[in-house]
Amino acid sequence: MTVKVGDTHEAVVVENIQRTHIVKYAGASGDFNPLHHDDTLAKSLAGYPSVFAHGMLSMGLTGRMLTDWLGATSLKKYGVRFTRQVWPGDTLTAKGEVTEIKDGLATIKLVTVNQNGESVVEGEAVAAI
Amino acid sequence: MAEPFEFPVDRTAVMLFARSLGDINPVFWDPNDPATKAAGGIVTPPTFVQSSAHWDPNYALDLTRPRKGPAPAHRGDAGGGGLGRGLHAEQHYEYHHPIHPGDTLTVTTRPGERWEKQGKRGGKLLFSESITDYTNQDGVLCVTARSVGVQTEKAVEQ
Repeated sequence: MTVKVGDTHEAVVVENIQRTHIVKYAGASGDFNPLHHDDTLAKSLAGYPSVFAHGMLSMGLTGRMLTDWLGATSLKKYGVRFTRQVWPGDTLTAKGEVTEIKDGLATIKLVTVNQNGESVVEGEAVAAI
Repeated sequence: MAEPFEFPVDRTAVMLFARSLGDINPVFWDPNDPATKAAGGIVTPPTFVQSSAHWDPNYALDLTRPRKGPAPAHRGDAGGGGLGRGLHAEQHYEYHHPIHPGDTLTVTTRPGERWEKQGKRGGKLLFSESITDYTNQDGVLCVTARSVGVQTEKAVEQ
């Protein structure tokens, strides 16, 4: 993969996320925190309006943009902060921009936004190029 | 420091994990695809090691897991997300060596830093870090993960 500073890439990584998407991630990851699949508990236990997606689902979806763009074996580092919850019905777009290239490694600035343009994940990846 | 545990990586688990991320890249499930052969065999999505939770005997976010004894209490200082007022704040990975189906990873977690911050909406925020090494059967460190959890004094308002 050849990239240069300033290159950008973006992908819609999930459209209109459903509770079923979230449940499927729960099963695959093993994270059965009821806040992510039990609406009744999400409301009563913590006062949330509904269940919300695992932060790690947002990170995983964002990672899919990275591996589709840069290759499945190129990542050296990948880190994010979870900036906003993802609710059923949200559509997420993951965006990356190459900010630095040094010693064969590209630094990628990352943001994943919902349908309102609000970030849900912000972070950085380093990939071998 | 939590007791290390073994995490056997199997092909079905990798396929299911990729599928849960909407990922149809054959490198995560089809050993015969040219892309997979070029990668040296099936590899794992960047966040795959999260699924080691299935093998963590003390994993607290699986309340219905069948067990002989009582479920472990959730440790508020364990990093990652949590029940009730706990949320996953940050997650970071360093990739040292590829993981393939058939590997058996040893998962070793240690606590990292702890700090406090005043939140805008949720009162005081208590952050805690945990650092996890995933080492394969040859003793090669594959992934280092750093998880930051945050506990709020009251539920986060939207």
